[in-house]
Amino acid sequence: MKLRQPVVFWIGLCVIVAVLAVAPLILPVFWRRLLTEILIWGLLAMSSDLLIGYTGMVSFGHSAFFGLGMYGAAAALLNSNPPNLWFALAAGLIAAAAVAAFVAYFSTRLRDIYFAITTLIFSQIFYVIIFTWTSLTGGENGLTFERPALAIPGLFSQQFTATTLHWFVLAVVSGSYLILRRITQSPFGMVLQSIRENERRTRAVGYPVERYKIVSVMLSGLFAGLAGVLYALQNQFAAPDFVFFVVSGETVIYNVIGGVGTLVGPIAGAGFFLLLREGFSRLFTLKYLAPVGLGGLAGMSYLVPVGLIFIAMVIFLPQGLLGFARRWLNR
Amino acid sequence: MGVPFAHFVIQTLNGIVSGMILALVASGLTLIFGIMDVVNFAHGEFLMLGAYVGVITFAATGSFWLALIAASLVIAAFGAVVYLTTLRPLLGRDPLTTILATFGISLVLQNYALWQFGPVARKIEEPFTGQFTLFYLDYPWYRLIIAGLAAAIIGGLWLFLKFGTYGIWIRATTQDRVMAQAMGIPVPWVLTGVFAIGSAMAAASGVLFAPLVGVDHAMGVDWILRAFIVVVVGGMGNLGGSILAAIFISLLDAYASLWVSPSQSIIVSFVVLILTLLFRPTGLFAPTPK
Repeated sequence: MKLRQPVVFWIGLCVIVAVLAVAPLILPVFWRRLLTEILIWGLLAMSSDLLIGYTGMVSFGHSAFFGLGMYGAAAALLNSNPPNLWFALAAGLIAAAAVAAFVAYFSTRLRDIYFAITTLIFSQIFYVIIFTWTSLTGGENGLTFERPALAIPGLFSQQFTATTLHWFVLAVVSGSYLILRRITQSPFGMVLQSIRENERRTRAVGYPVERYKIVSVMLSGLFAGLAGVLYALQNQFAAPDFVFFVVSGETVIYNVIGGVGTLVGPIAGAGFFLLLREGFSRLFTLKYLAPVGLGGLAGMSYLVPVGLIFIAMVIFLPQGLLGFARRWLNR
Repeated sequence: MGVPFAHFVIQTLNGIVSGMILALVASGLTLIFGIMDVVNFAHGEFLMLGAYVGVITFAATGSFWLALIAASLVIAAFGAVVYLTTLRPLLGRDPLTTILATFGISLVLQNYALWQFGPVARKIEEPFTGQFTLFYLDYPWYRLIIAGLAAAIIGGLWLFLKFGTYGIWIRATTQDRVMAQAMGIPVPWVLTGVFAIGSAMAAASGVLFAPLVGVDHAMGVDWILRAFIVVVVGGMGNLGGSILAAIFISLLDAYASLWVSPSQSIIVSFVVLILTLLFRPTGLFAPTPK
């Protein structure tokens, strides 16, 4: 008997989510933290995939949405007593959405490279504002705060442990995946994909392309802000480094490595990238390099080999790791 | 808040000097974009590497001018190698892939420089130490000489593009790549050459600017962002527009830092960018599209 695609898809999804849910019970602390972080960066990359893979616009400014989600959550947690999870979530999303609306309004007037550069510069604007407005944002030092309790009002309330935090992140990320998947398969998502394929014709058919683009940037920013809130919960600090454009660049790297237009690909890309980071950071010490005669390389940043791998992938594997499954995943 | 007249004069001079350097960086960037459709994210890193080559040559020979020439030549050759190995395979693909590839190059070069040269900033001695009195300041001659040299390099590039045989090849390639090829112009070599020239201009600006601020691995990042703003405000691929925009933005930046701290004054250029995008998306100094 040949299983139909939806059956295989849902079974596969359940198995992967189940594996990810059991993993923190088995893994040592370090790898558990890394896994949670992969999921959070994966959500950021997935949000950016809505623009890159579906609307056909490469954003180099996702760090702004991510950072504002983070600072919004930080502000809510510092100003509420006791710190409230849902308040932080709402504040982070509102901050990210406001910034996304602002950026979307201006940047969607431009196409292709101009869009990429404009979003990059917008994220730098927010970086400079956050970096210099020391009284509000703590400047270079950032903000630190307490982690709120996982609570549903009237039902229960308990402090996050590392494991429940991982489950919470996993639930949010897989929920976001299902929502984003539904969005891309909806008539709205079809219009976005037709903008990617042929913008002029979409306009000629009668769709208000600008409005669709603005909404897609805002949706993407919203999910990026959600990732920022999760990161704030995980690390209990917000720092201007996360608004710097290098984070946006890494988000694009996750997408390209994992395969754009697949939604799950970027998560795989983030995982691949972060594992390479850990691998090379460990490898590039004297202990491993001296025996093979490469002692001179000790202390080099992991970004040198990872960057080279990335360039090679752009040239030789533009589809990314999961690109081969692109049609199947979007069915 | 009254600001003395002297401050205005000094800041005008400062703005023009940094504007000329910025124009040199941005004209390399806009040359590469206008002719090859490559958005060179690694341009700032070429500037940084050029400055380091300058530091090394200066330490070995003690001559600033030798350092300037050596940096330009070495980085031109390096740029050509980078182009041939990573960008030529992307020819004909979406220009966006070139952003990705050059972003990767920039990460690699920046971290390589951090590892090779360490985090401590290095400095080149100024070739001229003379100063002249400007109101209450001793203003160094060297700053004016930088502005003059940058203008001379840009002017030389313009003359080359306008009258030189190879310059005419370059312009022909910009206008119509296929036709240029049909007329016997070796287009692949023209593209490689343009990338080398753009890289050399970045390296030269790195060496020229090194005596003022010192050289470290992150100096490229600052420049590339400002150069991107200039290139968008001036109109992508428009050499004259980029130069005007560079001076315009640097002047605004210099005047703004009379009132706010220098780290905040960059917001002024962001505002200029947003206004440009709103009212003249093709660039402030570009001819109105027909």
